[in-house]
Amino acid sequence: MEKILVLLHTEDGQLPPSALETLGLARELGGGFDLAVLGAGAAAAAQHASGGAAKCFAVEGEPFAVSRYATDAAACEALIRASGAPLILAPDTMRFHRALPGVAERLGAAIDTHVVSVSPGGEVQRWYYRQRIEAALRRGQRPWILLVEPGSQTPAALQAGSAPELLNVSCNTRTTVEGFSTPIAGEQTIRPDAPLLFVAGAGWTKKQKDGAVHVDEAAELILDFVRRTQCSLGSSKSLVDLSGEGEAVLPFLTHLHQVGQTGSSPRHRKGLATCCHGEEPHVVGWRFIQERRAVNLDPNCGWVRGKADVVYVADAFEVMRELLKLL
Amino acid sequence: MPYQIIVCGGLAPDPLQTLEPVFDPAKPSLKNELMLPAVFDPWAAHALYEAGRLAKEHPGTLVRVVSLAPKAKLQQVMMTVAQKLPFELAALDGPGGGFTDSGAVAAALAAAIAAMPDLDRSRLLLFGGWESATRGAGAVMQRVAERLGITEQFLAVDELSVEADGALRIKERIEGGRHQISRCSGPPAMLAWATGSLPEPPNHPQTGMANMRVIMPALQKARPVALEPGIEYLRTALPAAVRQTRVVKDVPAAEIAREIAEWIRQ
Repeated sequence: MEKILVLLHTEDGQLPPSALETLGLARELGGGFDLAVLGAGAAAAAQHASGGAAKCFAVEGEPFAVSRYATDAAACEALIRASGAPLILAPDTMRFHRALPGVAERLGAAIDTHVVSVSPGGEVQRWYYRQRIEAALRRGQRPWILLVEPGSQTPAALQAGSAPELLNVSCNTRTTVEGFSTPIAGEQTIRPDAPLLFVAGAGWTKKQKDGAVHVDEAAELILDFVRRTQCSLGSSKSLVDLSGEGEAVLPFLTHLHQVGQTGSSPRHRKGLATCCHGEEPHVVGWRFIQERRAVNLDPNCGWVRGKADVVYVADAFEVMRELLKLL
Repeated sequence: MPYQIIVCGGLAPDPLQTLEPVFDPAKPSLKNELMLPAVFDPWAAHALYEAGRLAKEHPGTLVRVVSLAPKAKLQQVMMTVAQKLPFELAALDGPGGGFTDSGAVAAALAAAIAAMPDLDRSRLLLFGGWESATRGAGAVMQRVAERLGITEQFLAVDELSVEADGALRIKERIEGGRHQISRCSGPPAMLAWATGSLPEPPNHPQTGMANMRVIMPALQKARPVALEPGIEYLRTALPAAVRQTRVVKDVPAAEIAREIAEWIRQ
């Protein structure tokens, strides 16, 4: 196995779980590795994790404390050049996903993202066509940057080692990071660590048995369920798009909740779809949901065609009312 | 103040189509790839709609689409996309599938943009989707921007507003269902869009006809592009994920709820 650089960044001064997963993968692959960390508290975080690393580098300081292309790209470029390793493993976080393709361009490197597996022989696996086709590939080009999909590897235990060499990096940027926003209240957001994904489909906003639409009750049932189970809340594209078409909508659902072809592909152990037809563009977002169940009035919905483990042909309003009594 | 907006976007198979890989180590493809109905790549389409909004708000703004795809397919797709909003097209005639290298695609797109004779880079906003629905690498836009010397880059953008002093206020998606809010002093900048906040604009046949008058000559002039392979594929396959679905019918809601509650607690 050729030499690897494990390139990580901190979050709130610590290494996040995705960083430890990448470190775990590098250790599993064997061979030597260097460690490089950037961000707030990078030096301390690097020293806590540098056990086993041949060389260790860090970039820290106020400009590198925030996630921003210009500063992150400059830091990553310096760290990769300092190590000189031909293979670079980094977690596929939004911060690195923004910065590292540009760094690859600067270094004349190849890059592959959303990597779910790397073998000691240099075989890499990733998904194509929005999780509909899997492929294994190899490249001769070096350096080669691999962004490892969070949730796909076993995290390493921290092993302290030598203090890192601090690199001085300077960079001009016209961008300032002003802060963060959560467009919806905390209890309704996607929770990456939740064991359950609950998906609300467009059926919740359609006419029910009595010929009327019951959006308020639907919202109440869904939010009550999310609060009680602390699950992740997702939606199908059609439900999100209804807002643009002037139809009744569940007010707390935004494009951030969208799961599928043009939304997210979250990783949860279980998923429960309600009032959702299970069409392929939505279900591709369920690729990493292990156990799947669906509640739908249509016995011929997409879920029945091998996309869910159990499909309950029933009225989701009635099932949810009963379910909430039990939770 | 007017902008020069360039939207990079390719084609993707219609999401409702069944995809089946055909393996070839040098050039994997999809079964009947040329016959599959195509759409403009969904996230790039959102970028185009946002470009249209910005052009309306800033008169004099020029929107151009740069697309690398098989010419005949691009023509079909443009018949629909052209009805959405006014834009010009720079077409590159080349492979459009997912099994191409992001670096080679970026090089072709950047060269096409750099060759535009009247390009004012100081007013340039480079738009695109943050990932394609084919390769899904999310790497092309950053590489194109680097080649054009643009170092203010934003990924998975959901919102862009222009402040009174011309600064760009940008919301990018980050982990945990949150947005990072940044302020960039102005163009040039690259924004790789996520879903944004605009619905698909309705078709407007008059706009379509006006657009096609410039799009058809652009398609005829489309430069053939050959992409360097760069990748050795070892296999491509459909995931073995078909499940044995148990269908529960004619069971009272209370019983279904009990079963689901038990499953959730496990």
